[in-house]
Amino acid sequence: MRLPAMPDEWLDRSRTVRFRFEGRAFEGVAGDSIASALWAAGQRTQGRSFKYHRVRGILSAANHDVNVMVQDGQKLNTRGDVVAVREGMDLTAVNTFGGLAKDRARHLGMFARFLPVGFYYKAFHNKRLFPMWERVFRRITGLGVVDFSTPHIRTAKRYDFCDVLVIGAGPSGLSAALSAADAGARVVICDENARAGGSGLYQLGGDAVRRQHTRSLLDKVKAHANIRLLEGTYAGAYYADQWVPLIDADKMTKMRAKAVIVASGAFEQPAVFRNNDLPGVMNGSAMQRLIYRYAVKPAGNAVVLAANADGYRVALDLIAAGASVAAVLDMRASVPPSAQADALRAKGVEILAGHAVYEAHADGKGELAGITACRIDGSGRVVSGSQRRIACDGLAMSTGWAPAANLLYQAGTKMRFDELLQQFVPDQLPEGVFACGRVNGVFKLESRIADGQRAGLAAAAHAGHGSAAQVDVPPETESPSHAWPIVAHPDGKNFVDFDEDLQVKDFENAVQEGYDNIELLKRFSTVGMGPSQGKHSNMTALRILARLTGKSPQQVGTTTARPFFHPVPLSHLAGRGFSPQRHSPLHGRHAALGAVFMQAGAWERPEYYAVEGKSRIDCIREEARRVRTAVALIDVGTLGKLEIRGPQAAEFLNRCYTGRYDNMKVGATRYAVMCDESGVLSDEGVVARIAEDVFYFTTTSSGAATVYRELSRLNIEWKLDCGLINLTGSYSAMNLAGPASRKVLAQLTDMDLSSAAFPYLAVRSGSVAGIPVRMMRVGFVGEWGYEIHVPAEYGPTLWDALMKAGEGAGIGPFGVEAQRLLRLEKGHLIVSQDTDGLTNPFEVGMDWAVKLDKPFFTGKRSLQIVKKMPLKRKLVGFRLAENYSGEVPKECHLIIENGDIAGRVTSISWSPHVGRYIGLAFVLPSMTEPGTPFSIRITDGSMVAAEVCSTPFFDPKDERQKEIE
Amino acid sequence: MKLMTCPMNGTRPISEFAYWGEIRPAPDADTCTDEQWADYVFNRNGAPGVKKEWWCHTPSNTWFIAERDTEKDKVLRTYLHGEDK
Repeated sequence: MRLPAMPDEWLDRSRTVRFRFEGRAFEGVAGDSIASALWAAGQRTQGRSFKYHRVRGILSAANHDVNVMVQDGQKLNTRGDVVAVREGMDLTAVNTFGGLAKDRARHLGMFARFLPVGFYYKAFHNKRLFPMWERVFRRITGLGVVDFSTPHIRTAKRYDFCDVLVIGAGPSGLSAALSAADAGARVVICDENARAGGSGLYQLGGDAVRRQHTRSLLDKVKAHANIRLLEGTYAGAYYADQWVPLIDADKMTKMRAKAVIVASGAFEQPAVFRNNDLPGVMNGSAMQRLIYRYAVKPAGNAVVLAANADGYRVALDLIAAGASVAAVLDMRASVPPSAQADALRAKGVEILAGHAVYEAHADGKGELAGITACRIDGSGRVVSGSQRRIACDGLAMSTGWAPAANLLYQAGTKMRFDELLQQFVPDQLPEGVFACGRVNGVFKLESRIADGQRAGLAAAAHAGHGSAAQVDVPPETESPSHAWPIVAHPDGKNFVDFDEDLQVKDFENAVQEGYDNIELLKRFSTVGMGPSQGKHSNMTALRILARLTGKSPQQVGTTTARPFFHPVPLSHLAGRGFSPQRHSPLHGRHAALGAVFMQAGAWERPEYYAVEGKSRIDCIREEARRVRTAVALIDVGTLGKLEIRGPQAAEFLNRCYTGRYDNMKVGATRYAVMCDESGVLSDEGVVARIAEDVFYFTTTSSGAATVYRELSRLNIEWKLDCGLINLTGSYSAMNLAGPASRKVLAQLTDMDLSSAAFPYLAVRSGSVAGIPVRMMRVGFVGEWGYEIHVPAEYGPTLWDALMKAGEGAGIGPFGVEAQRLLRLEKGHLIVSQDTDGLTNPFEVGMDWAVKLDKPFFTGKRSLQIVKKMPLKRKLVGFRLAENYSGEVPKECHLIIENGDIAGRVTSISWSPHVGRYIGLAFVLPSMTEPGTPFSIRITDGSMVAAEVCSTPFFDPKDERQKEIE
Repeated sequence: MKLMTCPMNGTRPISEFAYWGEIRPAPDADTCTDEQWADYVFNRNGAPGVKKEWWCHTPSNTWFIAERDTEKDKVLRTYLHGEDK
């Protein structure tokens, strides 16, 4: 039933919202939650429980229980108790077979004794029955139905900074924010609720002064220039150095604060008695939220089960909302004197000390119709014969709280169990983290405000504003939580965990079976493993375990509260991709030529250039043919390009690479291999001596960044007289290759291109097409060729000039795949394709490049040791049979010899020149002789015959690089 | 996310940094045994405690030394190589 307007209600009464729930039409008011709109319309049954499919209503109306979990089209697992209802919503309860009312699984509860605690583990224990149980569980578990056509939502992430972040905008948080801001700190305060104010605006006990206190704090916060208030935003986790993801409906904000104040309050805990889950039984604070936020009357005639002052306020709030209160049952032995108790007595409400609820009774619909009260003795046992039935349609549970300390645990706070409060409170907070209010064990309203001031000043001081001050926070005088809010019942159904339908006896059985440690108990019973992650069950489970094992809660300890505090939509976490992608200066030219790009490290490189009407493989072969027979151009600008200058530049390279560079002539180039300290091949390139004290050298494309980084570190460590420059991004490079390359180049330069003046492996500086170039004669693809390096901004101009000059010779571009084939025909390896993280130079026939007579180079000492040991494998060339037409082996397929792994394929391709499939493979040292047959096992398990052959496959004497007169 | 202080660029998020490893004296390559060398190359001391490590602020390619208490998960101080005072 809807109440008259409340002073701080969240409703916009001018707008009606129409929606459907389980096929029926409902009306709510704008600002209603799904649950409040349904409750106002008299719909108390709002969901089904996970295991026994019992009917459920509102439990907490505070976001952290799963009684009311609904699916809204493509939106799964929406928390109906807090999510605002919107026009046109078509909602279904998530955990039913055939609808909420007629759920076919509704009688599962009758089979409860066949579903004991640890049922999963027991069911899966039998291997034979495993497949059957798997099918059953897959069908009955899981919440909601995924719609696979749900669009990919790209959610932006935001970055934000502040001095002090306050988590929770209840009275203590608001007070903390004000104190910190007044001290000069830039403050952000967030609250998971749609509106700030927290319990200060609904736990009133009919006392308007409490509301006004909070209201005035909130007004000051909203008006303060130093404070930003984020409503509907929850702190998802705590990460190192005050880094907190703030989650709202649309995005995640990564907030970096200098100090964090956790003012997250406490979760009210349900009491445990038979049928404590009937719709109509709810936390006292849930009733207060319904009244003051949504102006919904929770019940007509209520009973309040209390064990603290909060329960008395609930009773007064119910009366203020026009409900009658049949009785207040106080679980404590005596009722402490208080104004609230007096006020209730004056209104004629019966208050029964030492009483509890023995069981709740359902009407025909399974909803609350009455309770049986009973007397309990000092240790919580039911006094027999004391049972007494009371009719009611609402039962408020106000018997205790558990701190919302999840983020404090994540921050590494040491917590201690306070016996008076019956609550874990922070004992030792990490640097920069502060706590105040209920999470800090402070419950009285005035005390919470004072505690907030204390924490606010301390946090501001930590962030460099003002100084911490002594603020007196009076100690609590009564316990807000009952030590044993649990009533035994022979027929059970006294639920501890509402997510997982765990009853008291499940814990007794689990402990009896030996799971008597909190971590074991959690995993075996699944307590706290449901969607609400134990926010309403862990504390009770801990109390039960403590009593069963004769320990104190402190000794039992708590389980770890991991991120995230509350489920975060995957779209928020995924956000947009931010992995950088590099384009060479010639990228636009490639795109215009129809390049199909591939990822090569951080770079996008042309795999091949698509030609209409031709297959990929035909395009690649055509590109390769052009290199062999005419001339073609490839962009090699992705190579790492470094320059080292200084008197000790040669010495530096001598130490970094395995070869010698001090004896190189100016104008010469030399192949260079780099090893790590263990002697494993880590990179390769070409070193060119530009001047006595200047070397220009390349690294692999994928190694460019890491090699430059490591060489700069070594340069610092070795303190040699030389400086390293990274030219990777500043230079463009292309390789003009093919028998006609010299003829094409000659049109654009007056440099002497004769073999005598510019021999193979030489480097020359000059000008091509009017552009200053560094040019090397290289042979990676096995043809006459020039690698031309120019400042990046000239790259496209040079590319165009070469393509134009080559028109008559039939020039075209070639991509990475054609280059891979061409170099394979030459038997040239690619580091990291034909080598792996364990390959040493001796295994790939590079003994010649390793100068062990040098005084030092990185990896030398290890290679000396490796050289003494027998080789374990060797890289060889191989080929398949001449007319092989079966499925082609792939890279990484294994070589099998006598049933054992004898190696693997590292490269394979069809060679037009050889007329066969050729490749490189690691094989056992005993198998390296050319002509040795071996078998490759392909994906389908069959064997393909191959034989070792010598490399290069093409032009073994490098005659293509020699002048033919 | 943790913060790290680069001696040149100040305090930045840890994702901007690359970790290299602990600074360890290498044995004399000419006199040490193969076993001593292998121990140096392959074995690391994982015991928690204060470690001196190479770190690099990658956007600026600034290498520096960080002294880190791996038991308390705290960076004690950072400085450029050779500027240890």
